[in-house]
Amino acid sequence: MKLFRMLGRSIRDAVKSVIRNFSLSLASISCITITLIIVAIAIMASYNVQNFTKEIERDMTIVAFLDNDATKSDVKEIEKEINSISNVDKYTYQSKQEVKEKMQAESDVFDTVLQNWSDEESPLKDTIQVKVKDVEKINKTAAKIESIDKVAVVRYGSGMVDKMIAAFNQVEKITYGIVIALIVVTVFLIINTIKLTISARRREIGIMRLVGASNFTIKTPFIIEGMILGIFGSIVPVLITMYGYTAFYNHFDGYLYSQLIKLIQPEPFIYQVSLSVIIIGIIVGMIGSSSAVRKYLKV
Amino acid sequence: MSDLIRLKNVEKKYKNGVTAIHNLNLAIEKGSFVFVIGGSGSGKSTLIKMLYREEKPTKGQVIVGGLDVAKLKNSKVYKLRRKLGIVFQDYRLLPKQTVYENVAFALECIGEKKDSIRIKVLKALEDVGLKNKVHEYPDKLSGGEQQRVAIARAIVNEPKLLLCDEPTGNLDPDMSMEIMKVLEDINKRRGTTIIMATHDKEIVNKMKKQVVTLKEGHLVKFKQKGKYEDEAI
Repeated sequence: MKLFRMLGRSIRDAVKSVIRNFSLSLASISCITITLIIVAIAIMASYNVQNFTKEIERDMTIVAFLDNDATKSDVKEIEKEINSISNVDKYTYQSKQEVKEKMQAESDVFDTVLQNWSDEESPLKDTIQVKVKDVEKINKTAAKIESIDKVAVVRYGSGMVDKMIAAFNQVEKITYGIVIALIVVTVFLIINTIKLTISARRREIGIMRLVGASNFTIKTPFIIEGMILGIFGSIVPVLITMYGYTAFYNHFDGYLYSQLIKLIQPEPFIYQVSLSVIIIGIIVGMIGSSSAVRKYLKV
Repeated sequence: MSDLIRLKNVEKKYKNGVTAIHNLNLAIEKGSFVFVIGGSGSGKSTLIKMLYREEKPTKGQVIVGGLDVAKLKNSKVYKLRRKLGIVFQDYRLLPKQTVYENVAFALECIGEKKDSIRIKVLKALEDVGLKNKVHEYPDKLSGGEQQRVAIARAIVNEPKLLLCDEPTGNLDPDMSMEIMKVLEDINKRRGTTIIMATHDKEIVNKMKKQVVTLKEGHLVKFKQKGKYEDEAI
C-alpha cells in the first residue's frame, strides 16, 4: 500500500514537472518524436526487407539440365546422388516431354514453335529442380550437382538477386547507425531536461533529504518524468505506423513495384511495431532520466 | 535516564585540512535540552551536522538513538533522519506551498497515510501556535511564524531528537524568545531531546539549560544550568 502511495505521489510530481517545464519538455518530446519516427520506419523497412529476402531465398531453385542421351536408369542414378547431398531439401524431375507440354500450355507462340520441332531438334532437356535447405550454401550444392555424371549444366538464382540483398543489408546497417546516433542525441536532451527540473527543485529535494525521504522516493519522480516524455514522444510515431503503413500497403496493393517484393500484412504487424516504438520511447526516457538523476542528484 | 547521543573520541577534519572537532567525548541524555555555544569556527555547526549525518566523523564514534552514524551507508541515512527533526536559521520552507502543505510534505515524503497526515499536521501546528494560519503562504508570515512552521515540520513525525542550528539567528529578541518558548514547550510536553547551536547570550542565560561550550573544536565545558561565559569562548 505504501509503495502504491509513493508511486502515486511520484507520478503526480512527474506530471506536474512536465507541465511546469513545458517548453523544455516539448523540446525533449519533439526530439523523441523525430527519433522514434525514424526508428519506426527503420523497423518497418528492415522487417519488410527481411521478409522479401526470405521469400526470394525460398524461391531460389537449382535447375540441373541432363545430357540428351541420359536414360531412365541414368536419371534414377542422378536422383540418388542428388538425394545424398546434405543441403538438398527436395527435388522434382521433369522430362523434356513434360517441359514441352508445360511451355505449350503457357503460350500460343511456344505452342507453334515447339510443334515444329522434332525430338532430335528440340533444345529442351530433361531437368531436375532442386530446392536447398540453406541458400547461402547454394553455390557448393550446385557445383556438386554439376559434377554428377550425365548432368550437362546447372543454373540457379542470378547474381542480381544476391547483389540486391547485399545492397538492402547495407542500407539496413546505415539506417541502424543513424538510429543509434539519434537515440544518443535524444538521451542527452532528456538528461538536460531532467537536469533543469532537478535544479528547479533543488530546495525541495534538500528538504526531502532532511525529513528522511529514501533515495527511491527522491529518484522515482524524475525517472517517471523521463518515461512520460518517452510516452508522449511515441504518440506521433505510433500514429504514423498505424495509419501510414496501412495506407502505404493499400496504395501498393501489398506489393512494391513488382510481384517480387511482397509487403508484410498490416495486421498484426503495425501493432507489434507500435508496441516496440512505445517501449523504445520509454526506455530512452528512462535511460536519460536515470543518468541525469545519478549525475546531478548524487543518490 | 539513558543516553540518546554518545560521542566517543570524535574528530572531524575537512578535506581542506581544517580540523573542526578535536577528540570530542560527549553523552546527552534522553529528554534533555542542550545549548551548544561557541564563537565562529568553534565547531558548533559541524557537531550538529555530524548528528544528522550531513558530515561523517574522520575518527571516533557518533551514536544517535542506538545507530552508529559514521557507519551508516549513504543509502540508509534516511533511517536516521526519520528519527530526528532539524531546524535551520533560514527556515527552508517551500514558498509555493501553504503552511499546512509545508508541514504535511515531511510526512508525504515518507509515505504516511492521508488521514494520519491530517491529524499529525494539525497537532504539530497547534503545538507551535499556528493552527489559525494553515492556509497562509510563508511569505505572508513573520520571521518568527515562519520558523514556527519549520519547527512544526521538524516535530510532525514525533522525533525523539530535535536539532536546531541557530534557529533564532534571523529573529529579533522578542521573536527569538517566542521561538524558545515553543521549543521549551516541545521539550517538556513531548519529551523531545533538543540540541540547539546558538551564539545568543541572552537566550542561553535566560533559559538555564545544559550548556556545551566549544572552542576551536575542543569541548571546553559541559555544565547543567549553564551560562554563556564569554571568557570560555
